[in-house]
Amino acid sequence: SNPFEVKVNRQKFDILGRKTKNDVGLPGVSRSKAIKKRNQTLLKEYKEREKTNVFKDKRFGEYNTNITPEEKMIRRFALERQQNYGKKNIYNLNEDEELTHYGQSLAEIEKLNDIVDSDSDTEEGGALSAELTAAHFGGGGGLLRKKVSSEQPDEEEDKPKSRKELLEEMIARSKQEKQERQSRRESALELTEKLDKDWKEIQTLMARKTPKSEKKDKEVEKPKPDEYDMIVRELGFEMKAKPSERLKTEEELAKEEQARLQKLEADRLRRMRGIDEQANKKRPSHMSADDLADGFILDKDGRRLLSYKDGKINIENEEEKEEEEEEEEEEGEEEDNENEEESEEQSANEDEEDDAADGHSDLESDLESEEEAAGNKLEKKHEADENESQNVEKLDPEREAAKSELPYVFAAPESYETFKSLLAGRTIEQQLIILERIQKCNHPSLAVGNKAKLEKLFGFLLEYIGELATLDLPELRTIDKLVLPLYNLCQMFPEAACDSVRFILRDAAHDLEEIIEVRGRATFPGLDTLIYLKIVSLLFPTSDFWHPVVTPAFMYMSQLLTKCRITTLQDVIKGLFICCLFLEYVSFSKRFVPELINFLLGVLHISLPKNQAQGYTVVHPFTPVGKNLELLFVCDKKDLESWEKQNVPLSIMTKLKEANKTEINHIRLSCLALCFDLIKKCAALYESLPSFHEIMHPLRMLLTKHVPVSEYPEKMREWYHSALKELESKVKHYTPLICEKKKPVPLKQYTPKIVKVLEFGKKQAGSKKEQERKQLILRHKRELKGAIREIRKDNQYLARMQLSEIMERDSARKRKVKELLGSLATQEGEWKAMKRKKWKS
Amino acid sequence: QLPTGLYKKVLVILHDSVLPYMNEPTLMMDFLTVAYGIGGAISLLALNGLFILIHQHNLEYPDFYKKLYSLLDPSIYHVKYRARFFHLTDLFLSSSHLPAYLVAAFIKRLSRLALTAPPEALLMIIPFICNLFRRHPACRVLVHRPGGPADMSEDPYIMEQEEPSASRALESSLWEIQSLQSHYHPDVAKAAAVLNQSLSEMEDDISGLLELSAYELFDKEVKKKAADVPLEFELVRGLFGKKKDIFAEHFSLD
Repeated sequence: SNPFEVKVNRQKFDILGRKTKNDVGLPGVSRSKAIKKRNQTLLKEYKEREKTNVFKDKRFGEYNTNITPEEKMIRRFALERQQNYGKKNIYNLNEDEELTHYGQSLAEIEKLNDIVDSDSDTEEGGALSAELTAAHFGGGGGLLRKKVSSEQPDEEEDKPKSRKELLEEMIARSKQEKQERQSRRESALELTEKLDKDWKEIQTLMARKTPKSEKKDKEVEKPKPDEYDMIVRELGFEMKAKPSERLKTEEELAKEEQARLQKLEADRLRRMRGIDEQANKKRPSHMSADDLADGFILDKDGRRLLSYKDGKINIENEEEKEEEEEEEEEEGEEEDNENEEESEEQSANEDEEDDAADGHSDLESDLESEEEAAGNKLEKKHEADENESQNVEKLDPEREAAKSELPYVFAAPESYETFKSLLAGRTIEQQLIILERIQKCNHPSLAVGNKAKLEKLFGFLLEYIGELATLDLPELRTIDKLVLPLYNLCQMFPEAACDSVRFILRDAAHDLEEIIEVRGRATFPGLDTLIYLKIVSLLFPTSDFWHPVVTPAFMYMSQLLTKCRITTLQDVIKGLFICCLFLEYVSFSKRFVPELINFLLGVLHISLPKNQAQGYTVVHPFTPVGKNLELLFVCDKKDLESWEKQNVPLSIMTKLKEANKTEINHIRLSCLALCFDLIKKCAALYESLPSFHEIMHPLRMLLTKHVPVSEYPEKMREWYHSALKELESKVKHYTPLICEKKKPVPLKQYTPKIVKVLEFGKKQAGSKKEQERKQLILRHKRELKGAIREIRKDNQYLARMQLSEIMERDSARKRKVKELLGSLATQEGEWKAMKRKKWKS
Repeated sequence: QLPTGLYKKVLVILHDSVLPYMNEPTLMMDFLTVAYGIGGAISLLALNGLFILIHQHNLEYPDFYKKLYSLLDPSIYHVKYRARFFHLTDLFLSSSHLPAYLVAAFIKRLSRLALTAPPEALLMIIPFICNLFRRHPACRVLVHRPGGPADMSEDPYIMEQEEPSASRALESSLWEIQSLQSHYHPDVAKAAAVLNQSLSEMEDDISGLLELSAYELFDKEVKKKAADVPLEFELVRGLFGKKKDIFAEHFSLD
């Protein structure tokens, strides 16, 4: 272009390989380009700065530069033809355009205006009566004739009325009619108003009353549903029910259950090995053991609560249901699930019927009723469970009576005292029912705060169990049953359960530590703590490599076995109980518990006569010499012979009631038998450990060399020999250890490091990330500068525009003023000329 | 000479508040030697004073290591002075001039005794043994013996042997630590598993582990936050209702 418009950026040095972008600039061209662009965008915006209306160009492809004009035209034409295609009236061009006013279609508004107001005077819609038309049109001849013919038989003498008279009469009549109509309407209006007022008055009264009574009133009014109606409705419900999945056969169910158990087992194994704890963060969703795996979420049925509100009838229903169940129980049909289900379904149906009859059917959609059915199923299962558990006990007639006495809705107890008072004085079954009802009434799906309430309930229950265990006569049977609701609650709220059990463990361990600090030695805790430890093994998987509850429990038990002094027979029993716990905890994972072996060794040690400690050493709670020696030693021949292996009652731990020496000796022997059995179990468990023989060496020494087998009764000898056999049957087998091969470290390489050059003249130091960051910062800086420059230019452009506007306005004003002054001057001149002429003339 | 209680009291404070102020600490030599010979806790306590004499006053103690070796019995993991004893043992065994057979015998004996130790002691002794391996690479055959006899019917190590050189410890392997890999405490199992791999160069610092108490361990465990709580899936049937419940066999609910 024009060489005078070219600006050249002179380079001082030529650099090889560098591409130069900006060596030649065209300032004039770029400026004009910028101005043009601003004219199109900024100026437009400026001019429309106070206008809110927007012009929308809906022409097809108006701003699309990719389409050639010919094509554009063709497409527009096609669109037009398409629009006109379905039209009925080819002359009406705007048929499809809908005119609107305030966003509403005008046509609609017109229609609304046309709605006939029923209260308005034009009731007949302008249709004239036949009489009127006859009178008005056709000269009234027909009317006259008719009148004559109708009146003639009555009043023959009467002169036929004149046309004028007739018309007047008719007008009067129609007026009268009109008036009557109006008055009627007014009175009706008045009446409705009065009725409304009355209703309002009554309503305020009604609102205060419970809805229950209201419903009762309604019920009274309602006729009893016909049997036929009921059947019809039932059929209707059946038809509406959506096809569900087909019922699974027994085998399929069994297979699914097996697959589920396998999966859970695999999970357990994975956790036991303690690998990929982080990898698999997703917790396997809990499934209760009696889940059908049919996709139903455990959503408890709210009906029981609802029906209680509704009134008496539903309660009766439920009672009927329960009575049915009980009858079934009495008939001993626990296994006959189908039958039960059928009856349940029937009763459920009845429930639904009642609901419908109550006039609540409008509240329940089909879906809800389905959910209800699901809920019913679940409830059924719960009840079945309960049945199972309760069938174990003999059914007594008193229970039935007591059951019907229990209220159906329990508020979740807020404090431990209220909880205790709820359960106080009830039988085991009643307590279970109460707990179940509390759970049902406060299911988390029913209200917001219920979760916290039930979580508290878990704590209360745990505390209650502890209290039962600390009684002088521990109610272990009750605890045995209370474990079930505890388990259920735990499955519902694992976190809360974990927290409360941990809390108890922490308390117990703290107490132990305090006792050690104060007295220097510890004593075994009460039965309640032992029961808690047992419950831990019921609620949580003890085979996990690490578990928030089980691992602390392990630690605590270890402390008990190593730190607590053994001074009485009860201590021995408690210790053996903990040994059993340890064995149970590790029965699946086969983990090694040194304390357990130590303790068993110690127990054997104290069953021996004095001065025999050779070839083995006992550790802490037991001492080679000291007071607690011979605690389990029995030398009475008679007692030895009369001994029978018996289960040690747990209540001994709280109170040793029999002072009878024979019985105590018997208990001692039972403990010894228990110890032998535990040794046998340990041997079976630790068989696979590489240093099994070293671990068991002291025990074997003691068993073979020191235990006075010959003095033992026959049965004890059996225990002894089975333990010893288990110990000695294991083959000694050692293979030298070999470390795992570690990955070979790669040799150091001396090839040159190649770095990618991103931009010349820039610093290349730093890692790739660092470089990227630097580049980003640089780019940001550049963009910012560019943006500031552009904004500045925009402002300059705007200022220029405003200035030119002002100048234009000013010049226009000046011109106008000049014009005015000029015209005034000419006027003045003319006037003066006229004046002069006058003067002359 | 002295009653046991008094012995202990004297020995506990001897190294701290008596020996540094004596003009001739060597006078205590006989007393300490006798105390060291008594055995049990008193021997353990006498070690401390003896160490000062050996270290600062050129006391020559014949068969010192043999005596130390014979001090190791199951109770060392349970006694009150555990921390003090292992601190000193660590010092005595830190010399790199000790023969490999001696260190191997110590390692083997300590790990054999560890089979009866509580978890807090195990958490201390396993890094202790690892440190010994680091200081004495010749002992690594205990954990890594590639060309050894494939099948042995007996552990070559002789536990009852008083003389470390005759205990044949170097012919053995550390099966005890391998057994501890299935210890119930997760940290112990993890620590024992370290010996499966080749050891890192740096020694572990065991000074913090010496004083570890069972309650501290418990506290640490109970304060750990759990992301989720796995639950038992086997349905509960009662307090003793598990399959093959040991309790049902031996205890009754009365």
